Amino acid sequence: MTLSFETLAKQFDSLTQRPSSDYDAFNVDADQLVALCEHLRDKEGFSLLVDVAGIDWNDQSPRFSVAYHLYSVIKQCYVRLVCACVGDESPEVPSIVSVWPAANWHERETYDMFGIHFKGHPDLRRILMWDDYKYHPLRKEFPLAGIEDELPAADVRERVDANVIAAPMMGGPFYAQAADHMSQREPSAADQSWAESNPKRD
Amino acid sequence: MSTENLEVGYNSRIEGDVIVSKADAVINWVRKNSVWPMPMGLACCAIELMATGAARFDMSRFGMEVMRFSPRQADCMIVAGTVTYKAAEVVRRVYEQMASPKWVVAMGACASTGGMYRSYAVMQGVDRIVPVDVYISGCPPRPEALLDGMMRLQEKISQERSLTQLTKKR
Amino acid sequence: MATQQKEINLGDNSARYQSEVPGETMSLNMGPSHPATHGVLRLKLELDGDFITKCDPVIGYLHRGDEKIAENMTYNQFVPYTDRLDYLAPLHNNVTYAIAVEKLAGLEMPPRCEAIRVICCELARISSHLLGIGVYGMDAGAFTIFLYTFTEREKLYTLFEELTGARLTTSYTRIGGLMRDIPEGWLGRVNNFINQLGPILEEVDGLLTRNTIWMKRTEGVCPISKEDALAYGLTGPNLRASGVDADLRRDKPYSGYENYDFEIPIGTSGDCYDRYLVRMEEIRQSMSIVRQAIEKMPDGPWYAEEAKKIFPPRKDKILTKMEELIQNFMIVTEGPQIPPGEVYFEAENPKGVLGFFIVSKGGGVPYRMKIRGPSFCSLSILPKVMPGLMITDVPIVLGSLDFVMGECDR
Repeated sequence: MTLSFETLAKQFDSLTQRPSSDYDAFNVDADQLVALCEHLRDKEGFSLLVDVAGIDWNDQSPRFSVAYHLYSVIKQCYVRLVCACVGDESPEVPSIVSVWPAANWHERETYDMFGIHFKGHPDLRRILMWDDYKYHPLRKEFPLAGIEDELPAADVRERVDANVIAAPMMGGPFYAQAADHMSQREPSAADQSWAESNPKRD
Repeated sequence: MSTENLEVGYNSRIEGDVIVSKADAVINWVRKNSVWPMPMGLACCAIELMATGAARFDMSRFGMEVMRFSPRQADCMIVAGTVTYKAAEVVRRVYEQMASPKWVVAMGACASTGGMYRSYAVMQGVDRIVPVDVYISGCPPRPEALLDGMMRLQEKISQERSLTQLTKKR
Repeated sequence: MATQQKEINLGDNSARYQSEVPGETMSLNMGPSHPATHGVLRLKLELDGDFITKCDPVIGYLHRGDEKIAENMTYNQFVPYTDRLDYLAPLHNNVTYAIAVEKLAGLEMPPRCEAIRVICCELARISSHLLGIGVYGMDAGAFTIFLYTFTEREKLYTLFEELTGARLTTSYTRIGGLMRDIPEGWLGRVNNFINQLGPILEEVDGLLTRNTIWMKRTEGVCPISKEDALAYGLTGPNLRASGVDADLRRDKPYSGYENYDFEIPIGTSGDCYDRYLVRMEEIRQSMSIVRQAIEKMPDGPWYAEEAKKIFPPRKDKILTKMEELIQNFMIVTEGPQIPPGEVYFEAENPKGVLGFFIVSKGGGVPYRMKIRGPSFCSLSILPKVMPGLMITDVPIVLGSLDFVMGECDR
């Protein structure tokens, strides 16, 4: 019931197999992504796009990847496609909204969280954070606590005199990093960007 | 059911049809027994808020069953759930639309302090944008806790200086 | 009125927008604080008279950063956050998350653990659908249904509380097992609950299913075709109501679902009425699965005993034995040691399929965790199906899609 890598690779030469703990997984280049998706939908019966997930590999290059999960209702199997983004500064991949309309919101979310541009997306704007937000929160350099910023809506901001603060992380979450010596495994927060010099406004 | 009211000393044989009481006591008595809540249901706590309104816990026993989704008709905003920065604007605008006197109850850990969501998107306590009268702990609070919180709000209302507030120039 | 160009017959649900007159449209903002939006969904509608010409949903008012939080804590610490994804069925979220991590770790659960998980999943499904139908009814003006279903939910909450210690935020399923074994006599009480739920469900059925007002308001409203449902990634009851025969419990059995007999209700036209019928039938099927699971509840351990570096040792051993104490300490501070790899697991949640995509680089902390919320996809179809509907249909459509913003915005 699974896909034959050889047959697919004949048609799409950039396709390589990807190590995976569960389903068939392929790496594909950005320029063949849309064609491959169309092929999988029309010829192999993968009618359902279940998920689109961005991944930030931090210090690697290419830095960003987008993982697509497809499901075939008829064959009852999954396939994972991973497409590395072109460019590390302003990453870009082609949009697959034309293949599955479901990708629309998923791609908007990935753009919002990682700043990955989907070329050909009809309406690429933020979806979870507000429109004027400056950062892409799921990038690895962005701290969990957040960065000080202004509240959305200028009139409300003036009246309440509050702004976006870095959340206090004094209470955790803590865990111990793997280290050579036992004494260095003190549980600590992964994100140390919080500052106790930000008292809560009263 | 008889309503015991210590503020109103009334004896019909002596005073006839006249009741003498402090204006504050009367106003507060009226106010506290008909709190119309505005359920600002944002997240998980809203489910417990609904449970409090439903048959088993029945908020109407305390004169609060009239859930008003229009802020113009409500006295008390129950902020039930996580307030994110994106939603903060909405909470504030809804609060501003309410007619005074108005009260705010922060239901649950998230609304009170940000709770377990110490992250970039979550406002660390709704009291940063609206004045809160009663905080209710719990994640989410049980319906009993919400009822207790609302009764504490009633206590608070009964001790307010309503007349001074009414006559004060705003 | 010879040149009447608007042909609208309000008694007929098939009446749709047919106006040829270019009129002025009106923009209407609905939500985020609106009783029909079940949370903090906001709809920007464009109206021509009573008809919707454009719909733009605005979400993100409950975006709490769950995925970022997951990258900053151990696998075990994240379990309570899964409660608050779909906060109408927390027990099921726990199970889905635990299986996803167990799949990455290569763990097999003993049969007793799996059976208990199945009971949890199905009770969660019942409670979620009860709320879904209750609120759906309330949106259409049938307030009685809400009170009926909420009374049943309270009984369920009592059972959950006995099992897990909490009404709503259960955190019962842990990676590599459960929080604890089921309490004594609990199965009997679940059985009693299921037995008394039947007649009450019949009563709800009698109040709604053939009720003319209910049918007028839901039948033929907002039909979603098979093709649209698949293209927009709808899952769960919403997909099945459109006539697609897909249920992961049968197609990709997890947690021992292959051992139970149940039927999968499929709709025909995919309208709001079908979505209601599918949910009603799913409650009945869930009841049957729970009965079967109680009947053949196996004995044995309720946690994976071989999972030394993942599931903490038993309490009495922690308190008396040095090795177990250290092991427990390591699991608590460093997290369960999960091998590197990529795994995607999704399970049939009450609202649709909830998926976890976990990228691990080894150690106790996920490198990246993507949560696929079914409500997110259910809502993405709104711009497609809303145009042409009347403004009074909006609460009905939203109620029938049965979404929850916690997992939509995450």
